[in-house]
Amino acid sequence: MANMNPKKNPMPTQDPKVRAHNFSEVALGYDEATAIDEALRCLNCKNMPCVSGCPVNIHIPAFIEKIKEGDFEGAYQIIQQSSSLPAVCGRVCPQETQCESKCVRGIKGEPVGIGRLERFVADWHNAHAQAAPEKVPSNGHKVAVVGSGPSGLTCAGDLAKKGYEVTVFEALHTAGGVLVYGIPEFRLPKSIVQKEVDNLTAMGVKMETNMVIGKTLTIDELFDMGFEAVFVGSGAGLPNFMGIPGESLKGVYSANEFLTRSNLMKAYKDEPVTPIMKGGKVAVVGGGNVAMDAARTALRLGAEKVYIVYRRSLEELPARKEEVEHAMEEGIEFKLLHNPVEILGYQNPDDKRDPKNGFVTGMRCIKMELGEPDEKGRRRPIPIEGSEFDIDVDTVVMSIGTSPNPLIKSTTEGLEVNRHGGIIVEEQTGATTKAGVYAGGDAVTGAATVISAMGAGKVAAKAIDEYLAKK
Amino acid sequence: MYKILKKEALNPTVTKMEIQAPFVAAKAQPGQFVILRVDEAGERIPLTVAGYDREKGSVTIIFQIVGATTERLNHLNEGDSLQDFVGPLGVATRTQGLKKVCVVGGGVGCAIALPVAKKLHDQGCAVTSIIGFRSKDLLILEDEFRACSDVLHVMTDDGSYGREGNVCVPLNEMFAAGETFDEVIAIGPLIMMKFVVEATRPTGIPCVVSMNPIMIDGTGMCGGCRLTLRQDGKSVTKFACVDGPDFDGYQVDFDEAMSRGAMYRDFERHAYEETCNLFKKEAQ
Repeated sequence: MANMNPKKNPMPTQDPKVRAHNFSEVALGYDEATAIDEALRCLNCKNMPCVSGCPVNIHIPAFIEKIKEGDFEGAYQIIQQSSSLPAVCGRVCPQETQCESKCVRGIKGEPVGIGRLERFVADWHNAHAQAAPEKVPSNGHKVAVVGSGPSGLTCAGDLAKKGYEVTVFEALHTAGGVLVYGIPEFRLPKSIVQKEVDNLTAMGVKMETNMVIGKTLTIDELFDMGFEAVFVGSGAGLPNFMGIPGESLKGVYSANEFLTRSNLMKAYKDEPVTPIMKGGKVAVVGGGNVAMDAARTALRLGAEKVYIVYRRSLEELPARKEEVEHAMEEGIEFKLLHNPVEILGYQNPDDKRDPKNGFVTGMRCIKMELGEPDEKGRRRPIPIEGSEFDIDVDTVVMSIGTSPNPLIKSTTEGLEVNRHGGIIVEEQTGATTKAGVYAGGDAVTGAATVISAMGAGKVAAKAIDEYLAKK
Repeated sequence: MYKILKKEALNPTVTKMEIQAPFVAAKAQPGQFVILRVDEAGERIPLTVAGYDREKGSVTIIFQIVGATTERLNHLNEGDSLQDFVGPLGVATRTQGLKKVCVVGGGVGCAIALPVAKKLHDQGCAVTSIIGFRSKDLLILEDEFRACSDVLHVMTDDGSYGREGNVCVPLNEMFAAGETFDEVIAIGPLIMMKFVVEATRPTGIPCVVSMNPIMIDGTGMCGGCRLTLRQDGKSVTKFACVDGPDFDGYQVDFDEAMSRGAMYRDFERHAYEETCNLFKKEAQ
């Protein structure tokens, strides 16, 4: 008998007042009974609308059926056929705009908590599974994967399952890409990413860190080394700044730098070796998931006040709804329909050597109103003349997107990029303009989601398999 | 892991190390840099390449002990290994077509200036080198510079060796005497590079400087190494790690770079003291 409760089982979370001061995970996950109860809300629709909303087409009703039966490992095996990183996706996917947006239960009430169930299944497996993933016998073909973020790990996993000898080249000292340097511990514990990486290693995937492709080795050299195909999942790259006065003052960070210092370099720990500006008042400029991550990180680092400054209204905020809600619960103040025009700094007129010189003291903002929709259908923000005012801040984090990294493009002949610098690919295969080279994720699309990058990694793995089979 | 093949103290605060890193050694060019971590818990620091041996697969670094990380690095010995060593990063110094160049090095910056001077010398370029130090005990690489320079000026601030004065003294004298160069390349402390740029500006001779700002990843991702250039009356933001580290000295906003370089001064001083205390305790 289906559970006809119109509401999802709530996700247990740490109390907002407590979690605002620690880096432990915010959402605690369902227990077995709650998972079964939530699974029973699924009507097991024949036409499976949810599956079409999933970028990697997980067989959603099938895995939920297994949960109903209490066969959690069986559920995991079904998810695992389509997704290499279920514990990650169950935590960071924007389900409300994907699978759950298509759920029939969402018409009269809330959709089935598909993301929460996925997370439950993956965590159950990680806690109970004994056997390491199997190593498939080699088919003798070597493939190189550039970047160990979500697209690279997915592509590597899918190819390893087919018997390819895969080597992943990572520029940083730790594998995981944005999952490690970008997404904070309280939203995605690093141990979960490490577990996924370990699974790939157990399957025979080689991880080569400290290798900057485009510098240490070029794509052409990878072919010379015997790799027959290359997947480029090098990520988004260079952070954007607004181009307003004061952005080079001390205390202005890109979100990438702020999060990398805290996450990858562990600046949040008590005795860090990598410094970060802690405490005081912090303004984060932008409205995406990365902005929410930066704001909530600043809070946990000890800020007395954190603002999100976003030029449109609540409705247009691009971040996941859950992250926005969590941020609000934790006490982050949203300054909506505001745009910075200048960052203000300290300058002692009498003492050029005053150590406080050059540090941020405030931010000048202008109020905005929404005009006509632009080509993407989002209403264009227009500044209200004469509405400028200053807010006191010590740190500013710019979280307004990134531009593609030029390192690979500039050293790879025959690899075409579009006018934004994104690598041009054939959508159905991920094939670039250079034979044997495939690409996906933010390196192609610009900043997007973990799951869309995984989808691209998956598409490319299939295409690489077909390409090498024909060769 | 990246093994230390050789270690040599050039003076009490400057150490030279040869590191086994075949991938970096195969590609490194003068002007490029590496990022290293001493150990698993270490910070990432950029160091410009001071030399390389492609056959041996080794890269030479020369560093001044200025903080906690360089102190830790200096405590390692031949046979020990570094946790991480990645590169070569950044754009190599442009030397193509140069026939007569003045290379100016200050302090430990001479370590980076040397491979540039060598490369210029090897391609048949006339090299005038000016190397400057605070005093005689801090002097490094004099013989190496002499070997690849047509003219060498050695300067010390206190006059304890060579001539007394800063690197701009001989530079100004040469300009006053009507000497001209295809390019002046200055590598050293920001304040020195700023003065070399100002000394050169009236001559109109192109002046290249090598910037060494705070960095994390070194691949363009964090933007921490950004600096401001004045180009055609407009301010342009550049990232030293991918656009540099060499820049047109006439365009660089040195005051901003110096201010940004001091962002974590208190933290760094504290970390350095802690590290020194730790090593003292270990020694007892």
